Amino acid sequence: MNISEKWLREWVDPKLTTEQLAHQITMAGLEVEGMQSVARDFSGVVVAKILSAEQHPNADKLRVCQVDTGSKTVQIVCGAPNARAGLIAPLATVGAVLPDDLNIKAAELRGIESQGMLCAPNELGLSEDSDGLMELAECAPVGVDLREYLALDDKVIEIGLTPNRADCLSIQGVAREVALLNSAAMNAPAIGAVKQTIDTVFPVELRAPERCPHYVCRVIKGVDVSSPSPIWLQEKLRRCGVRSIDPVVDVTNYIMLELGQPMHAFDLDQLQEGIVVRTANKGESLALLDGQTVELKPNSLVIADSAKAVALAGIMGGEHSAVSANTKDILLESAFFTPNLLLGEPRTYGLHTESSHRFERGVDFELQERALERATALLLDIVGGEPGPVNRACSDEHLPAKKTVVLRAMRIPKLLGMALPATEVERILSGLGLELRAIDGGWECAVPSWRFDISIEADLLEELARVYGYNRLPAQPIEGKLEIPSRPETALSIRGLRRHLSARGYREAITYSFVDPKLQRLFDPESKPVALANPISADMAVMRTSLLPGLVTAVQRNLHRQQTRCRLFETGLRFVTESDQLRQVPTLAMVAAGQRFEKSWSAQANDVDFFDLKGDVESLAALDRKPDALSFAAAQRTALHPGQTAAITRKGQLVGYMGALHPVLQAELDLSVPLYACEIDLSAVLEGQIPQFAEISKFPEVRRDLSIIVDKVVTSDAILQTVRAAAKNYLTDLRLFDVYEGKGIDPKRKSLALGLTFRDHSRTLSDEDVNMAVDQVVDSLEKNFKAELRN
Amino acid sequence: MEDLEKLANKARTEIEAANDIDSLEQLRVHYFGKKGQFTALLRGLGKLPAEEKPAAGAKINAVKQELQDSLSERKTALEFAAVEAQLADSTIDVTLPGRGQSTGGIHPVSRTLERMEDFFSAIGFDVVEGPEIEDDYHNFSALNIPENHPARAMHDTFYVDDHTVLRTHTSPVQVRVMESTEPPIRIICPGRVYRCDSDLTHTPMFHQVEGLLVDERSSFADLRGLLENFLHVFFERDDLEVRFRPSYFPFTEPSAEVDIQCVNCGGAGCRVCSNTGWIEVLGCGMVHPKVFEYSKIDPERYSGFAFGMGVERLSMLRYGVNDLRLFFENDLHFLEQF
Repeated sequence: MNISEKWLREWVDPKLTTEQLAHQITMAGLEVEGMQSVARDFSGVVVAKILSAEQHPNADKLRVCQVDTGSKTVQIVCGAPNARAGLIAPLATVGAVLPDDLNIKAAELRGIESQGMLCAPNELGLSEDSDGLMELAECAPVGVDLREYLALDDKVIEIGLTPNRADCLSIQGVAREVALLNSAAMNAPAIGAVKQTIDTVFPVELRAPERCPHYVCRVIKGVDVSSPSPIWLQEKLRRCGVRSIDPVVDVTNYIMLELGQPMHAFDLDQLQEGIVVRTANKGESLALLDGQTVELKPNSLVIADSAKAVALAGIMGGEHSAVSANTKDILLESAFFTPNLLLGEPRTYGLHTESSHRFERGVDFELQERALERATALLLDIVGGEPGPVNRACSDEHLPAKKTVVLRAMRIPKLLGMALPATEVERILSGLGLELRAIDGGWECAVPSWRFDISIEADLLEELARVYGYNRLPAQPIEGKLEIPSRPETALSIRGLRRHLSARGYREAITYSFVDPKLQRLFDPESKPVALANPISADMAVMRTSLLPGLVTAVQRNLHRQQTRCRLFETGLRFVTESDQLRQVPTLAMVAAGQRFEKSWSAQANDVDFFDLKGDVESLAALDRKPDALSFAAAQRTALHPGQTAAITRKGQLVGYMGALHPVLQAELDLSVPLYACEIDLSAVLEGQIPQFAEISKFPEVRRDLSIIVDKVVTSDAILQTVRAAAKNYLTDLRLFDVYEGKGIDPKRKSLALGLTFRDHSRTLSDEDVNMAVDQVVDSLEKNFKAELRN
Repeated sequence: MEDLEKLANKARTEIEAANDIDSLEQLRVHYFGKKGQFTALLRGLGKLPAEEKPAAGAKINAVKQELQDSLSERKTALEFAAVEAQLADSTIDVTLPGRGQSTGGIHPVSRTLERMEDFFSAIGFDVVEGPEIEDDYHNFSALNIPENHPARAMHDTFYVDDHTVLRTHTSPVQVRVMESTEPPIRIICPGRVYRCDSDLTHTPMFHQVEGLLVDERSSFADLRGLLENFLHVFFERDDLEVRFRPSYFPFTEPSAEVDIQCVNCGGAGCRVCSNTGWIEVLGCGMVHPKVFEYSKIDPERYSGFAFGMGVERLSMLRYGVNDLRLFFENDLHFLEQF
């Protein structure tokens, strides 16, 4: 909300600079988000009167004016259509400096001398209006500096109000706060009943009293809306961010800004019989002031006459009944709409107006008549007319109840950490307009009609803290009982994982949890991702079912920026739907592409392959000291290479996949090198175990190496399992230390070299022991895989 | 005896001239071996008259001892030289870079999160996480943000359907803990949160750490004390000015926003603080009684406070990052700096 500092100071004028004032209200919870001068810098502009305006002899569109500057008469050549004798307008005299450092000099225009420039509002930076000269009031004092006349040495204070402080959506509301904070008196304008001069009453019927319990209005006949609003009114509105429309609308807006009561004026001639405040009829529509015609929703509250809806209650008036330049008689409305029942309604029409903003948050329900009287008085001054009596329709039972809230003194130190003296409590709360009655152990506080946000004790404690000053309240370290929290040793920490991967060359990435549905489909066409109803853009429209689309995109971006190697990991949730159940699964993903090592004097620039990544994945299992906790088996996966993909299992459960990105996808993503990726449930690598000591044998170990030839399709895993099973107890270690295919070997077969280590806890193994075990191994390999021993 | 002197001189010269261990060994055998010349001399003593034997023997032995010493001295010198030569041969350029995998690194958001978690776990806060796709009850209603409340609109919520949202803060985790735990409660809830907003200073996803303390005696003074303490520790500046400014959140009352003196300009006013000298870093307040009621905690018996802060914001201030969007672009040139 923007307010004019000068306007505020008309109400309350503490001895503070603008900055001090801004700081003070900020620290009271009305955050000042900015301050601007109300006009751009200019000087040398005076109020001047055009004495005569003659046609320029050499130019159709120019006029030669004699202008009274107050001290002398100067000749000005002017192109504005409204330059006419008698007009009072701003004159930039010779030597004046206008916004953007425009220096005004004497000049000759088409052969006629001009000693200055008559100004349009936009030339002074006062508005966008460039249609003609700025027309000042007939009574404006000729010769006075324009800045002084318009009181332009004023600041617009921009306040970011929190939604609970609807009471501050006006000059009056902010003034109340400032008065309390400075213990200063408030000079509210006197508002009295305007004397009626006619008897015309326009009837009002409240058919939805729970939503509109209070509606006051008055007829004013014979208004003159043909002239624009006086400059002072236009200026006050402008400084608060409201555009001048016509004097009637301007006055209703003025009241809204000053007192916080949104008002509306109808052209009485366009209304039939009487006002009915009711819910919309089925199929009813309404052409609004902003030009759009809306289909009314059946539950919407409307202001109607006997025939049709004429306004969306509390939100916007209708076009048909709006005041226009030809309007003679008006009906002025000041109403209260129940905030909770209006909440959300404007948004269903895609509307948000100054009026709805206030009504949704709560307007003082005792303000309507005062606002109507004040508006009437102003209107009579500006547009004249004959006022009728105030017509008041009210359903008392549906007005908000007057609230009383009990404040217990002992709650103050308990929640604020400090006892406040009773006098201070009373000063603050009564300063806020609450009526206090001392009761046993505290106060009973009657809440004023403008404070919708106060309904429980905590609200009063907040007010006390806020006005007293948060930073004057004490601060202290927290206290508590010290207990060692449980920390299961089997729960490995994610930070350990981060450091481990980091030490293996991976950098942690964080990618968005929503991804491009097209990319998502490329990686995981089977699953149906959770879609956002209102994505921020089409390429962030679905929740990821895999971390890989995001991570691979990050690799792609880096490779496209001349990186030659990229290893990234990410942890986070993936969102998978399994038989209509959404699971949010903590996941780890790793990707590696490009050179294995930084190109170096000591390393060849080979690219990473499947086994680099596999080694890194296996190392994760080693984190819980059980390197074989994860098993790998050939598998198929849409986005991965059909011959280079493994399913990862742990304790028999599928926990993830790894493999080379499918070459087709690699090409599609324009990746210059193969990319290897792994995605695994975080729980599979963060569940550790407590080490169990095993006796260390004192007896020597015996190592035997076996070289065998088997079919290529036989997996090393199958071989190793068979060897383990056959070798039985004494085998303590088994290594596959060579794989060979090629020259000297049947092209369908491969050679594997195995290292077997045997040892026993209780004795030195004899040759026979070991030979027997090795024989069993060889037998089993022959039987199961047609393995032959290589000599 | 002239022979002895001659022989000794010859041996001395030869030992001196020997240039390698092998020739030295040959000299040793030649002079002192079983068939060596000195061995022969000593044997020759037998031919001398008995009275001359001791003197002659002593003389020979003295010379022999002297020569053997110089032989072994020479040997040591040669061995040493050989080692020296070998070492000189195997000199490497120690300034060449080391071999092996270069190290990666941790994302600045994680780095910042971990520091924050450390500070709070040191004083007994547990770290709790929760779902990111959340129901509107836990994200809004249970936090005293009823439907149509203006505060809901302020959250720029991503919706999955009418009653399912991407959590707009990590507060729903606090609700879940309050629903299932008897006070005292001390938790922080780190994690990703989502707001439908994207421009220079907003990304649609960012990270928060929210904290909650509930017990029988906590007050606004505890809240202030804890957060001032945290900010001083986080920025490692005990003189950092901190101010609490009244604000509004539906789930706390009183509510505050907390500003720190601008860490870039020290409060003088700069681009980082929009010339105000202050930077807003977190929001906090005493838990609203209605929030307690939703979670079936007795607001008469218990009091508590909650706070929430943006991790990226703190990370930017701490490390001088000037563009929020860098956090999610994952450019290696950015990641390498942390």
